[in-house]
Amino acid sequence: MADEADGTAVSHHSYDVLVIGAGGAGLRAAIEARMRGKRVAILSKSLFGKAHTVMAEGGIAASMGNANPRDNWEVHYRDTMRGGKFLNNWRMAELHAKEAPQRVWELETYGALFDRTPEGKISQRNFGGHQFPRLAHVGDRTGLELIRTLQQKIVSLQQEDHARTGDYESDLKVFHEFTVTELFKDGDRIAGAFGYRRPTGEYLCFHAPAVVLATGGIGKSFKVTSNSWEYTGDGHALALRAGARLINMEFVQFHPTGMVWPPSVKGILVTESVRGDGGVLKNSEGERFMFRYIPDVFREQYATSEDEGDRWYDDADNNRRPPELLPRDEVARAINNEVKEGRGSPAGGVYLDIASRRTTEFIRKRLPSMYHQFKELADVDITAEPMEVGPTCHYVMGGVEVDPDTASTVVPGLFAAGEVAGGMHGSNRLGGNSLSDLLVFGCRAGAGAADYLDGLGTAPAVGNEAVDAALAEAEKPFSVRGEENAYTLHQELQQTMNDLVGIIRRADEMEMALKRLAELRDRIPRVGVTGGRAYNPGWHLAMDLRNMLMVSQCIAMAALERQESRGGHTRDDYPAMDENWRRELLNCSLADGPDGPEVQLNHQPQPAMRPDLFDLFELDELKKYYTGDELGGHRADRGM
Amino acid sequence: MTTTAHDPGAPSPDNPGRADIRARTLRRDRWWLAPLVNALGLATFVVYATIRSFWGSAYYVPEYHYLSPFYSPCFSASCVPGSSHFGAFLPAFPPWIPLAILSLPFLLGFRLTCYYYRKSYYRAFWMSPPACAVSEPHGKYTGETRFPLILQNAHRYFFYVAFLISLINTYDMVVAFQSDAPDGSSRFGIGLGNIILLANVIGLWLYTLSCHSCRHVTGGRLKHFSRHPVRYRIWTAISSLNTRHMLFAWITIGTLILTDLYIMLVASGTISDLRIVN
Amino acid sequence: MGYRAKFEVWRGDSSGEGALQPFEVDVNEGEVVLDIVHRLQATQAGDLAVRWNCKAGKCGSCSAEVNGRPRLMCMTRMSTFDEHETVTITPLRTFPVIRDLVTDVDFNYVKAREIPSFAPPEDLAPGEYRMSQIDVERPQEFRKCIECYLCQNTCHAVRDHEENKEEFAGPRYLMRVSELDMHPLDVRDRKDAAQEDHGLGYCNITKCCTEVCPEHIKITDNALIPMKERVVDTKYDPLVWLGRKIFKREDLEARHATGRRSLDDAGPGNGSPLPADSIGPVGG
Ligand SMILES: Cc1cc2nc3c(=O)[nH]c(=O)nc-3n(C[C@H](O)[C@H](O)[C@H](O)COP(=O)(O)OP(=O)(O)OC[C@H]3O[C@@H](n4cnc5c(N)ncnc54)[C@H](O)[C@@H]3O)c2cc1C
Ligand code: SF4
Ligand code: SF4
Ligand code: FES
Ligand code: FES
Repeated sequence: MADEADGTAVSHHSYDVLVIGAGGAGLRAAIEARMRGKRVAILSKSLFGKAHTVMAEGGIAASMGNANPRDNWEVHYRDTMRGGKFLNNWRMAELHAKEAPQRVWELETYGALFDRTPEGKISQRNFGGHQFPRLAHVGDRTGLELIRTLQQKIVSLQQEDHARTGDYESDLKVFHEFTVTELFKDGDRIAGAFGYRRPTGEYLCFHAPAVVLATGGIGKSFKVTSNSWEYTGDGHALALRAGARLINMEFVQFHPTGMVWPPSVKGILVTESVRGDGGVLKNSEGERFMFRYIPDVFREQYATSEDEGDRWYDDADNNRRPPELLPRDEVARAINNEVKEGRGSPAGGVYLDIASRRTTEFIRKRLPSMYHQFKELADVDITAEPMEVGPTCHYVMGGVEVDPDTASTVVPGLFAAGEVAGGMHGSNRLGGNSLSDLLVFGCRAGAGAADYLDGLGTAPAVGNEAVDAALAEAEKPFSVRGEENAYTLHQELQQTMNDLVGIIRRADEMEMALKRLAELRDRIPRVGVTGGRAYNPGWHLAMDLRNMLMVSQCIAMAALERQESRGGHTRDDYPAMDENWRRELLNCSLADGPDGPEVQLNHQPQPAMRPDLFDLFELDELKKYYTGDELGGHRADRGM
Repeated sequence: MTTTAHDPGAPSPDNPGRADIRARTLRRDRWWLAPLVNALGLATFVVYATIRSFWGSAYYVPEYHYLSPFYSPCFSASCVPGSSHFGAFLPAFPPWIPLAILSLPFLLGFRLTCYYYRKSYYRAFWMSPPACAVSEPHGKYTGETRFPLILQNAHRYFFYVAFLISLINTYDMVVAFQSDAPDGSSRFGIGLGNIILLANVIGLWLYTLSCHSCRHVTGGRLKHFSRHPVRYRIWTAISSLNTRHMLFAWITIGTLILTDLYIMLVASGTISDLRIVN
Repeated sequence: MGYRAKFEVWRGDSSGEGALQPFEVDVNEGEVVLDIVHRLQATQAGDLAVRWNCKAGKCGSCSAEVNGRPRLMCMTRMSTFDEHETVTITPLRTFPVIRDLVTDVDFNYVKAREIPSFAPPEDLAPGEYRMSQIDVERPQEFRKCIECYLCQNTCHAVRDHEENKEEFAGPRYLMRVSELDMHPLDVRDRKDAAQEDHGLGYCNITKCCTEVCPEHIKITDNALIPMKERVVDTKYDPLVWLGRKIFKREDLEARHATGRRSLDDAGPGNGSPLPADSIGPVGG
């Protein structure tokens, strides 16, 4: 099958660690593995330095306590668990809260330039769900700073290698514009990966005993999304096919503020910092409606009057925060409801107003790229007019189930970090907690992979048949003289997910979605492509569709199963949070079916929180999420 | 296909693998307008300044002490009486030596090496490039890496001298507020010429202070502004002027010509100065 | 509000050969050029190659030339064109073409690697860095760069002179040198290297980089000219030169060890505890 003449020759490469994904998580993992002496290859679908992380705007959450010295890891931990409605993996949340400051400080040693406080420390800003100003930031382009810094650190490591070996790429090489389509195993262990170079269509086979998945999210399965084409859930699907499990897939975060006009930019993110820096939400009647939507569990932490909310920006210690800064799921639902009840803006959103509340200079200095984005794309001057915004699919809390300490999956040699990993954020992620997640667990995944290699006996090997099969699969769309068009199927898939498994869900709609997804499953293999292998977007999409479908099925199945509303999962037919469901996680895996592997759903128990962490909360708060015997372990009950 | 026709004027260097688009540019806007206007503007100034510098007369109005900037400072014994504000310690010059030979080369050098004028004439005269994304008609390009263009790096020294000359121009401007009374004594007076001289001096200062070298030496070279608060404030002020350096460059071309022209007309008796006070 | 627009899109392959292909396509309100290219892909040319990611002007992937002007396709609104005008889209001219609108931008990655990395003081531990806002503001402006390479594409020093690619790092990377030279905690001296290794002298400050930068970074005024002035400080200032000749020979040499050549000895450590000997591939 592999043949020079028809362009299907496969070239082979060996590395210690393969990092799939060049976003924050992937690059941090690669840096760690390299600094621990491993030979590392980074594979990325897009150009080096352009991964999705570049789009993050608001900041990195880390309790450095620069803006408010009362902040520390325990407060951050509590905020994270609350935000995720206690469905988070507590160990991940703990490691994350503890290690984030160190990971952020490290970035400064790589050359990052965050905005500063008057004492010259890293400045920190307010964000939804965070009790203190906690987000290290650079204007509203923090993701760019993060990725550029890590990119430059990689270059610096390559320069060190060059000094020693005369070759920049001797021990750390970036294969960019390279799509991984398959992982290889030897027995249960990971042995390598297969994929193609997007520019040329050449096939490459990598032999590596450790693979770190850092492929980001799944947003491209939804029509209105802040995510880019890269977010086709490749890593999720690769993990499933390799035998790993996905957890929490029903939890998809809809960011409350995406652009809604003009139609072609619908979904593009409007950063939460607009609200953190003083912007407020109003409906078509000019009412700050969020005051009506403060849920009971948050009643104590949020202001009940506009005056108090406004005072909080200057004096956070003596006032409660405005409800615009509630966790994202709450705000997104509120906006959704306002629009549904006829108090929306002409384009079907609500108004986000910072113009009437802050000076022009302030806005242009703190939110330069928002200013730019609205000016260029919508012809709206945000220093003079309010923005129109509405919910947009933003982030998937669900992902590959990993061991918190090492980021390893159940498949030996397979690691996952970043958005592709699940558990850390529970049912809802707080803003700013992703970038810190990337750094903390990216680093741990790199270390985990290095340790795994150190303890490895015989190296796994990639079998020839597996390579041939992967090649055949990739070549398929060229041989199918198919009647189906990849672009059309993609649109149908997006529409289905958007309409039927979107922000508010109902059993009958999700059943319908599953039916449509099953039909798509039959049609996707019939997608044919025109043109050659060199930079052929039709072919690329055909390959990605399989992954989007698999991930969409996981989301729909899990969402149908979970009969409660919690965080990023809202059921019209089960509007309340149900304490029993807090103990349950849903996981997806692949099982053999009549026509190939099929997604199957299982329940697993949510591990109980370690007592010392449990004690960090007040009993009153826990009672909102826990009942009965579980509360017994609390320090209050132990008389402390 | 409109663009695959080879434009014989465009260079077709060996560009391995680039998209084979031969047209010199695909721009459809009037990209040639800016270099054209620049070329005309600069040419006008050069021609005018050359003619006037060698003219050798009608540069000083004794009653009102108006001295043309093209003749300041005037150190030669050939200078009209009164025009040598700082003494005439040089001998008489033959007519082919401009009277302001001590300042003109520096002023010329200052403007020639000015970062803005460089941009302007590289684009307008050298066509390197004529406009962005329009290919230049040269086979080779080494920029400012070699002699003579490497000398552009001397801009800073011209700046130092130009700064001194601006002081001299300022002095000339102040002196001109003294006009001759009918009884031969001096008294305070203002005419249109004073206003023009004042405007010119303001323009010259704005141009000189907004210079990139000035921005650099006052503060730009520092690594830590925070350790030099005063220089930081100066730098901030100069930076904001610097963003308008191009504007000042053209304004001063205008005011220099206007000042000299006005003084020439008054000195030659073609018109008489419009007096406001005395 | 929608209308049918005429487009010409360059289509060709890595040999560089190709031609403009005409299309007629629907345009709706508020759309950008990239939307139209996507519509062409979905309806008329499934294999039309275009590079993009964010469609929000943040990643710098979708650079091309629209009516001859270097632009981000995702930030070029259709409303800037006349409805009767034919819109021509061509790939970046300065880099080898891969296919259609996609070019091979590896030149930029090669140049990025030639610039010595950030070198912090060795005695500062993570968390101890103190910098004031006014000191970080200058380099922060340059760090807004999204690496769209439009400036690299437009700079005539390489656009019109392929042979200069060897010597000249291009505006984006000269700006990087400038950024590091202005970084409040970078201890490396980069001035000689800017001139000798990265070709600062090739820039004739004609400002096309500034004109095309979608981030509106004042590349020429704030990075390149200040860098030229800094070079003058150390290379062309007769007083400094004299002083160096007489007093500080060693200093001079130390400085020379910071250019491209100096990568052969890694210079001040940058926080990496990288062991000298690396382990070969485990899988053999
Ligand atoms: C608009 C926007 C704003 C945001 N703002 C914030 C914020 O302010 N704070 C915050 O904390 N979080 C924010 N987030 C979330 C955060 O940016 C992402 O969750 C995070 O960047 C994900 O990083 P990652 O490293 O997991 O993956 P990514 O950065 O997405 O990288 C994924 C990588 O995997 C590669 N890849 C994918 N599939 C394959 C394959 N098959 N083969 C090879 N390579 C592949 C891609 O090419 C890419 O390099 C924001 C997200 C968006 C969309
Ligand atoms: S200013 Fe310099 S770097 Fe910028 S485009 Fe012109 S020559 Fe190139
Ligand atoms: S400096 Fe501007 S034009 Fe150049 S690569 Fe960066 S963003 Fe693009
Ligand atoms: S005078 Fe123009 S830059 Fe110095
Ligand atoms: S697609 Fe990211 S900048 Fe245009």
